[in-house]
Amino acid sequence: MNERPNLNQAGFGNLAPAPKGLLARGDTSGRIRVVGRSVSVFYGEKQALIDVNIDILDKSVTAFIGPSGCGKSTFLRCLNRMNDFIDAARVTGSVEIDGVNIYDPEIDPVQLRARVGMVFQKPNPFPKSIYDNVAYGPRIHGLARTKSDMDEIVITSLEKAGLYKEVKDRILEAGTGLSGGQQQRLCIARAIAVNPEVILMDEPCSALDPIATARIEELIDELRQNFCIVIVTHSMQQAARVSQRTAFFHLGTLVEEGETSEIFTNPRQSRTQDYITGRFG
Amino acid sequence: MPTEHIVSAFEDELKALDTKIAQMGGLAEQLLGRAIDSLENRDPGLAEATIRQDEQIDRLEREVEELAISMIARRQPMAVDLRQIMTAVRVAGDLERVGDLGKNIAKRAMAIAAENRPKNLMIGIRHIGNKSLEQLTDVLNAYSQRDSEKALQVWRRDEELDAIYNSVFRELLTYMMEDPRNIGLCTHLLFGAKNLERIGDHATNIAEMIHFLVKGTPVTERRPKGDTTSFVMPESSTA
Repeated sequence: MNERPNLNQAGFGNLAPAPKGLLARGDTSGRIRVVGRSVSVFYGEKQALIDVNIDILDKSVTAFIGPSGCGKSTFLRCLNRMNDFIDAARVTGSVEIDGVNIYDPEIDPVQLRARVGMVFQKPNPFPKSIYDNVAYGPRIHGLARTKSDMDEIVITSLEKAGLYKEVKDRILEAGTGLSGGQQQRLCIARAIAVNPEVILMDEPCSALDPIATARIEELIDELRQNFCIVIVTHSMQQAARVSQRTAFFHLGTLVEEGETSEIFTNPRQSRTQDYITGRFG
Repeated sequence: MPTEHIVSAFEDELKALDTKIAQMGGLAEQLLGRAIDSLENRDPGLAEATIRQDEQIDRLEREVEELAISMIARRQPMAVDLRQIMTAVRVAGDLERVGDLGKNIAKRAMAIAAENRPKNLMIGIRHIGNKSLEQLTDVLNAYSQRDSEKALQVWRRDEELDAIYNSVFRELLTYMMEDPRNIGLCTHLLFGAKNLERIGDHATNIAEMIHFLVKGTPVTERRPKGDTTSFVMPESSTA
């Protein structure tokens, strides 16, 4: 403390460009997987999303944060064309995944959603067995030729979702009989069973207790090795814990996007600062 | 800070943290002023009172730490709030050291209270004391005003303090070489001067933290350093 000040040794200055691994583990130098350009969404007359431009990196977690109604879930839903289900919704601009515009008329939304999986806020397993929940996607997409292929996919997916050990003795029992946290991991197993490239998560932990939340967060960190993950969360601490990059949305616009460590220690925009510090007036 | 927190208790705690730092700063300034006076005026009574004052600074440092830890645990501060809390802890640590160094000067003042002091020697001590006190005052003002430019001015001025220390160092060395009976007195004065120079370093530490607090980035400039006494040998000082 009483040494002559030397910034490099003080360690304090390091907080600004936070050392990798302080707020979120791993490098963020993956290639760009998803590219959004001038994306706008209209619900009837009302414009819910205004001219969003963003590059989303592969093998990393990108968190979308912002107050309710800011457009973050709307944008998330653009990434696998879930807005198609809403009649009044109109999307303009382009979303490219691996260089292909997913709004191209040639693209089959069902095939797209196999490549871009989704996990919702409330765990929503099918009223079927644990096995069938996971096997459903591979079955309709014809990913398994034989029963043993399918067994393999189901077990691997459950293992990847960190659920296999807990359910292996009751794999034919109903998925709805599991606890909330287990159900959510089952939904994640179901999403990864079709071998997607991108996984979207819309507040995946908001219905879970802290322990189940921690398990999901640990799982997200493991899945990041192989997938491009986008998570919408209302918990800023969760965004800070699990993501490598963070995007802040407000009133339908993307205000700021950058490295998570930077966003939470030294955001560039005052609106971001006001929101993450709880000063939104 | 632009707007207030939605949670007013959080806002109150951040203000309380600043108030404690302001109190610590005020006490440290007062303690240092008294320590220098007691050294210059051979006032053991004042020196004793000064030594006791350090306890208050230590107590405030503990309070700052406790409040900061509790805020981090309960409120998960982000961005500028996180920086403010980290800065407060670091500044409190520096001010606590300033208090210790000031106390040490007061102790030396008591030790040499009975000795005769050459007048021009004391001019040098007073000079470095004033400069050190000025640096501390200015950096504390910069902190309370969140003025990173003012903080950087203090930071750059540390070189001047180093220069004064160099000349006091050489002067004391000369006295010691002239008459070995001066060694006891001069050693105490030398340590006193060194403490004052060190207090300047704590002021630059605080200045760097103010910059970090306001800008969110560390100071990238290289600070000019003027303390060359580590390389001085007695032979060369008489030349």
